Amino acid sequence: MRQYSNVIAAYSIMLILIILVGVFQSWSIALSIFNYCMISAVMTMGANIQWGYAGLINFGIMGYTALGGLAVVLVSVAPVPEAWSVGGLNMMTSLAIIIGMIFSIRYILKKIQKSKKKTYLIAAIIFIGLILIKLISGPAIEKIEAVEPAKFGFLGGLGMPVLFSWIVGGFFAAGLAFVVGKVALGLRADYLAIATLLIAEIVVSIIKHEDWLARGVKNVIGLKRPAPYEIDLQTSPWFINLVEKFHSTKLAAINSISEKQDLLNQLVIDASSIYVKLCFAGLFLVVVIILLIITQKALYSPWGRMMRAIRDNEEAASAMGKNIVKQHLFIFILGSAIVGIAGAMMVTNDGLFTPGSYRPMRYTFVIWVMVIVGGTGNNFGAILGGFVVWFLWVQAAPMALFVINLFTAHLPETNELRIHLIESAPYFRFLLVGIGLLVIMRFRPQGILPEKIIKQ
Amino acid sequence: MDFINALIVLLNYTVIPALTYGSQLALGAIFVTLIYGILRFANFATGDMMSFGTMFAVLLTYYFQSKGISFGFLPTALLTIPFAVAMMIFYMLLIDKTVFSYYRIKKSPPVQLAMVSLGVMFVTQAIIRIIIGPTDRRFLDGEKFILKATEFKEMTGLSEGLTIKSTQVITLVVTVVVVSIMFWFLNKTKTGTSMRAYSDNEDLALLSGIDPKRVVMITWIIAGILATIGGILYGLDKSYRPFVYFNNMLPIFAAAIVGGIGNPYGAFFGGYVIAFAEIFLTYAYKRFFVYLLPESLEPNSLMQLLSTDYKFAISFSILVVVLLFRPSGIFEGKKI
Repeated sequence: MRQYSNVIAAYSIMLILIILVGVFQSWSIALSIFNYCMISAVMTMGANIQWGYAGLINFGIMGYTALGGLAVVLVSVAPVPEAWSVGGLNMMTSLAIIIGMIFSIRYILKKIQKSKKKTYLIAAIIFIGLILIKLISGPAIEKIEAVEPAKFGFLGGLGMPVLFSWIVGGFFAAGLAFVVGKVALGLRADYLAIATLLIAEIVVSIIKHEDWLARGVKNVIGLKRPAPYEIDLQTSPWFINLVEKFHSTKLAAINSISEKQDLLNQLVIDASSIYVKLCFAGLFLVVVIILLIITQKALYSPWGRMMRAIRDNEEAASAMGKNIVKQHLFIFILGSAIVGIAGAMMVTNDGLFTPGSYRPMRYTFVIWVMVIVGGTGNNFGAILGGFVVWFLWVQAAPMALFVINLFTAHLPETNELRIHLIESAPYFRFLLVGIGLLVIMRFRPQGILPEKIIKQ
Repeated sequence: MDFINALIVLLNYTVIPALTYGSQLALGAIFVTLIYGILRFANFATGDMMSFGTMFAVLLTYYFQSKGISFGFLPTALLTIPFAVAMMIFYMLLIDKTVFSYYRIKKSPPVQLAMVSLGVMFVTQAIIRIIIGPTDRRFLDGEKFILKATEFKEMTGLSEGLTIKSTQVITLVVTVVVVSIMFWFLNKTKTGTSMRAYSDNEDLALLSGIDPKRVVMITWIIAGILATIGGILYGLDKSYRPFVYFNNMLPIFAAAIVGGIGNPYGAFFGGYVIAFAEIFLTYAYKRFFVYLLPESLEPNSLMQLLSTDYKFAISFSILVVVLLFRPSGIFEGKKI
């Protein structure tokens, strides 16, 4: 128990901070911060598996997150039959051509010896394939995008339950990670960082601009939810009764019936939003706990020891007969899949898919700060990092505003410096996170909760 | 006649913009490559450092304009370059002293320095946004065009016009001057040689009495000059917006790696490779072919290989291809 005392202390402080937000700001804000903290924690666990276990640096978190979000759209949205009838066949043919291209290139790579002929053959296949795809899909895309562009303009999804999409999101991300891993994993650490960063940009730009797939920057709104909707809750009697019971003392203090009704209505509206967020929090908590158990078991299994051995000394591990390339690829896929799940969770939580919002700052660099601040190689640290950094990221603006007001209190309201500072309060989050990262890197490079190696 | 018209179209819409954009990228790429070669880490604060220098140029331009100081037909921003560069160098040396030097002396792995540069990126971005805000700013004044399309048409009697913006000429001239001075410095002076020696083999350089502190300081000074001038040229040509500068880091990285990271010549060349590829692959060639082909063969589509939305994606794809087939870059760079 004693070895976990610092973990428990750190988590308690974090929980108290969130409860303080609930008391001083509102419970709804506190819960949405909590939910986002948990999503960040899942992303951080994914990145931590790659960086902490295996020393692989993946700056492509954004791409996997976006793919996870795409999975939600493709799985849970109801299909658009008109779009399928005008262009479905052509798009499917294009997909078949792509698959055919991949397999034929694979075949050539395996069977034909390295020569000029081989290069030309591959180039020819790619060239012809691309022209065919452009010819077949071009008119179909135009037709699909013309189907009620304000509402649909895309193929839609499969209309399946949204929770299923979390798993699919994991698989999507794993698929991308397989390709990226095959291409880039041989590179030295900082090259790998840059390559993954740029590949993620490519993925996001494809999602952004292929409107037939998920409406691109026109966004998909009103996605399905695994939790009840606020409107339904506000009209269902059991929920109103519950709220009434919960606030019975407060309600009893009011005499006038109309005032009582008004207050009750207000309370029901507040409570419905909190109830929905609690449902999400429960779901996310289940995911986090399952992942924590699995990763923790993996870390202290023979496989985890092997990964650490590879991380700490590749040559020695390779001399012991471990296949480093294969293990690196495997862990890269595993970590990315977890990030993909987190991406799907996030889109489900928001209820909308906005490809335009995927930017490397928010979805790659902040996640990396979480990994480093929390503690590389320690799953509890990763989760804590997700919580701490996300909390700072959200609460930096109010905190900055408070400090600015404190220091400029003696200045008149119309003072230009004061106005300027108050207007730029949101940007103090960058300052806070940046300085936090620099301080941690300097004075506690192993993170708040350092890696713990249990010797058997 | 049609042939010349077609060439003018190509020149006007692809070659000149690509040369300009390429020069701006090249300056940034040399900055990345110098830091990588001599200080041995990938600097993720590249875009924001360029933005930081440009911010001073923008603020000083506003100040000069309010004082009524101008540079004739040239943009006032050119006058502010020395001041902005000085501020930038001061900031870089400060950052180096407070942040990077600790890890350099400890001989931390390059990855750790890259992570630290992430922290610097966050802080720099915050300072920029707190000082100047996130909005789009134009600070170009003076003459906008050197050659207008209508003037060109009158002069030559062609049906296609050629426009040359003053910023394009300024970019090219300044780039040529700055880059040639830099290459002269690196190759011909004693300090430059010692820098190259330090980049090639640190231990050997230290053994032969090269002062590492001096090398590092001069690297930051050159980096500051390149970053600020590159940033100002980009801002004059397009506009100044912190977010765009942050994003420009990506094609700049691509340029540096495509050229062979650690190799300044490669970075210079890589900037143009990326710029030309981006513009040539996304340009709609319809007007070009209208002049060249007989009327019966005239294309009815835009003749565009890829939509302009994929501009960034192209440079990254080139990078991926280069990494796959020639990981050390087109020119031989550092070993990966």
